Amino acid sequence: MGAVSVRDVTVAFEAFRVFDGLNLDIEEGEFIVLLGPSGCGKSTLLNAIAGLLDVASGQIWIGGKNVTWEEPKDRGIAMVFQSYALYPRMSVRENMSFGLRMAKTPKMEIEKRVKHAAELLQITHLLDRRPDQLSGGQRQRVAIGRALVRDAAVFLFDEPLSNLDAKLRNELRVEIKRLHARLGKTTMVYVTHDQIEAMTLADRIVVMKEQKVQQIGTPDEIYRRPSNLFVAGFVGSPQMNFIKGRIEYNDHIPEFVIGQRRLPLSDYLFHDGRPAAQDVILGVRPEHLDIVNDGTWADFTIDIVEPMGADTVLWCSDREGSLQIRTNGSRKAAPGHRLSLTVDAAQVSLFAAETGERL
Amino acid sequence: MNTAEPQGRRPRRLTAGRMGVYALLISAALFFLLPLWIMIVTSLKPMEEIRLGNILALPVAFTLEAWTKAWSSACTGLECNGISVGFWNSVRILIPSVVLSIAFGAVNGYALSFWRVKGANVLFGILLLGAFIPYQVFLYPLVRIFSMTGIYNSLPCIVIVHVIFGLPTMTLLFRNYYAGLPLELFKAARIDGGGFWTIFLRVMLPMSIPMLVVATILQVTGIWNDFIFGLTFAGRENLPMTVQLNNIVHSTQGERAYNVDMAATMLAALVPLVVYFVSGRWFVRGIAAGAVKG
Amino acid sequence: MSTVSISTPAVTAPNSHGRRLFRKRLPAAMALLPTALVVLVVYIGCMVWTVRLSFTSSTLLPKLDWVGMTQYTRLFANDRFVTSAENIVIFGILFIAGCLILGFLLAVFIDQNVRAEGIFRTVFLYPYAMSFVVTGVAWQWFLNPGLGLQKVVRDLGFESFTFDWIVSQDMAIYTIVIAGLWHGSGLTMAILLAGLRGVDEDLWKAAKVDGIPTWRVYTSIVLPLLRPMVVTATVLLATGVVKLYDLVVAMTMGGPGIATEVPAKFVMDHLFERNNIALGTAAATIMLICVVSILAPWVYARYVRPQGRHA
Repeated sequence: MGAVSVRDVTVAFEAFRVFDGLNLDIEEGEFIVLLGPSGCGKSTLLNAIAGLLDVASGQIWIGGKNVTWEEPKDRGIAMVFQSYALYPRMSVRENMSFGLRMAKTPKMEIEKRVKHAAELLQITHLLDRRPDQLSGGQRQRVAIGRALVRDAAVFLFDEPLSNLDAKLRNELRVEIKRLHARLGKTTMVYVTHDQIEAMTLADRIVVMKEQKVQQIGTPDEIYRRPSNLFVAGFVGSPQMNFIKGRIEYNDHIPEFVIGQRRLPLSDYLFHDGRPAAQDVILGVRPEHLDIVNDGTWADFTIDIVEPMGADTVLWCSDREGSLQIRTNGSRKAAPGHRLSLTVDAAQVSLFAAETGERL
Repeated sequence: MNTAEPQGRRPRRLTAGRMGVYALLISAALFFLLPLWIMIVTSLKPMEEIRLGNILALPVAFTLEAWTKAWSSACTGLECNGISVGFWNSVRILIPSVVLSIAFGAVNGYALSFWRVKGANVLFGILLLGAFIPYQVFLYPLVRIFSMTGIYNSLPCIVIVHVIFGLPTMTLLFRNYYAGLPLELFKAARIDGGGFWTIFLRVMLPMSIPMLVVATILQVTGIWNDFIFGLTFAGRENLPMTVQLNNIVHSTQGERAYNVDMAATMLAALVPLVVYFVSGRWFVRGIAAGAVKG
Repeated sequence: MSTVSISTPAVTAPNSHGRRLFRKRLPAAMALLPTALVVLVVYIGCMVWTVRLSFTSSTLLPKLDWVGMTQYTRLFANDRFVTSAENIVIFGILFIAGCLILGFLLAVFIDQNVRAEGIFRTVFLYPYAMSFVVTGVAWQWFLNPGLGLQKVVRDLGFESFTFDWIVSQDMAIYTIVIAGLWHGSGLTMAILLAGLRGVDEDLWKAAKVDGIPTWRVYTSIVLPLLRPMVVTATVLLATGVVKLYDLVVAMTMGGPGIATEVPAKFVMDHLFERNNIALGTAAATIMLICVVSILAPWVYARYVRPQGRHA
């Protein structure tokens, strides 16, 4: 039994039903990221776990207890919000202790917890300030602090970094990861639309789209073996290259065929043995295209060169279409140059053209 | 309590708290509706029934007589032509006043938000403060000024007064609205060679429709409901409906005909009520926008 | 003053750049000219004129002599004015406090996710659409001791029930307050409800996760956030208090006796009926002074202090 378990849950807004019978099990101490574009239902799911939203059917279990009908405060959770949601006109200290005071926690205990949380987040010097005297980053630290003092077993984060600028976002991201490591057994459920946050923070990522779970897996699985076209396209920047073609058999060996170009697939791990000859989409990450002198795929022309420092992205094309290639930043390249490429069949993904599912 | 394993929707209980909420809301609603109710039922009763009966009761001998009397033959002082005279006076005052005050407000708001005319902020500041000053401070000198120019107690006089005292709210309304529009829009129009009036008429005005609606609601109710200006500036020939109503109710000849009074009151309230019910949320937006947000 | 400063660029523009700028802004300045004239002549001119008249001995026609504070001495010795002043204080405090409390309660109750919210909102606000004259006439009728509310309750069997405030010297002013509350608390409700709806939803969620009782969220978290709306509503109600005139005229004509006289009515009566211009303008000046002294802290808090903090 996991720390959080979502069983067969449906949420209904009026007549509109969201995720019909969704299941999700989260282990104790795990860092789960719910990733997806806006409107995919990730925040709805988080709110349902928190008890801020009634489920229409199904159950929610937290820490081995059925909490489907419990009030949010009784679920053993703490939550951090995108807009910080700090109580205005209360000092940082009051913000952090308000919930505990409402629960009639002894004064000494409150003081101890606030002190501990403040030290952990390095906001001790801010304790007597008011939220409007704090920067965005400081506010979010306080919001995390307010969650910390609740001593909850499960932390819920609703896009906590989306209101911050890029630099602060990176800083706090590391901070959250460090916090998770320090707290040890605390389970964290984190909602974001930012794939970098998802990849860097998560033990497991739940990719969602249109109220449906697309794939659950470790960041590595999500990145290397995306289960469908959506996941493949949503995760990774620059985006995965998609090439429409066919699977054909040549001497009993499956090959990906597009025009004159071929890619033998003997190294590819098919889901179920040998698929039938069919239309497919080949997905290749830009870094899995190697530029070589006499590659199997020749005659590409460089259109655009995007130097990004550590590496360079080349946009190149042939008669059939265009590809992005991520290559070492030190490579000299200029538009108009000709390229020849090789593709490692073990690193690609193949999706059925009809369903978009991984083969 | 349910002994089954909790699942699905949390069971909703009708708690004492929720019943209290509804009880309070409903009693408040009754308080707000009662005067309207008694106005309507009284206006539909004959006088005998009013003298004997219950003010809250529905009319037994339902009659529209009071309404026709209020409209066409109730006495407003010495003349007995009903409140219809006041109704038409109010209409004649309303239309030019609303159009002109909105026009001035829109142009002012536009000039203040986009064209940095020197001293404009001082102008706006004084105008804004003027909105809070009691009218009694301005009335007597204004009367003298109008007397000197010879238009005192005329239709133009009352219209000018409405425009003057509508300026603060209307200017504020449009200034705030235009201040919320991106300045880039104005800059782009300037680069395309637009002048003051071209930009106003071609770019700003078409974008101002929501504010024009709000301003119209605000001014129609405000000017229709005005009493003090109509009393002071309109002159005997142009007295608006509110003044006529007050005269009907307080004319001291004979026994008071409460049913006629109430019918006249309903008639006087009709225009703003219709505006209110038709405009709905826009009305709220109007008063909120007019509520000096500066 | 303003007109002068508007036209200064023309006079002082020292170079072609300045002149070109001015040419482009000329239509804007011209468009503002009528308003500038109104401000100068009406808002400033008439105000100064009124204040000046209060130091004269004008009666039916304005004179421009100087009698110092005579009119003011006379004013504060005048029972009618003193009663008016007392009445406006009573009305002002009860009306503003009542509207704010009632408006806040109604807004909070409507905010409880109730059914038929739209109907309640409409019902609470419709009186605000009606004129004070209509309001006054309606309440006068409703509170009529012989035929109105008192009779209804007596007919129900409560023979000794008495509600004759409207004809009572001591209580009549409170009936004006009741009518005022009926007219104005819906407005407060609408303004505060808009404020409630503007409160960040995450704040409510955070409070729920923290287990803070709903009433406590309203008092400790939401109410402080509503301060700008409370200020707006208060200012709006306060201007209504100062302008209080139509309601009294329609409801009680200042009576019984002088029990419900108010300053605005005092001024109107002395200017246009009692032919005592100097006394009327002196009362108007007192009203002006009161408004300015109420307004000053608000203007300071709203426009002066925030700038100071940002700097």
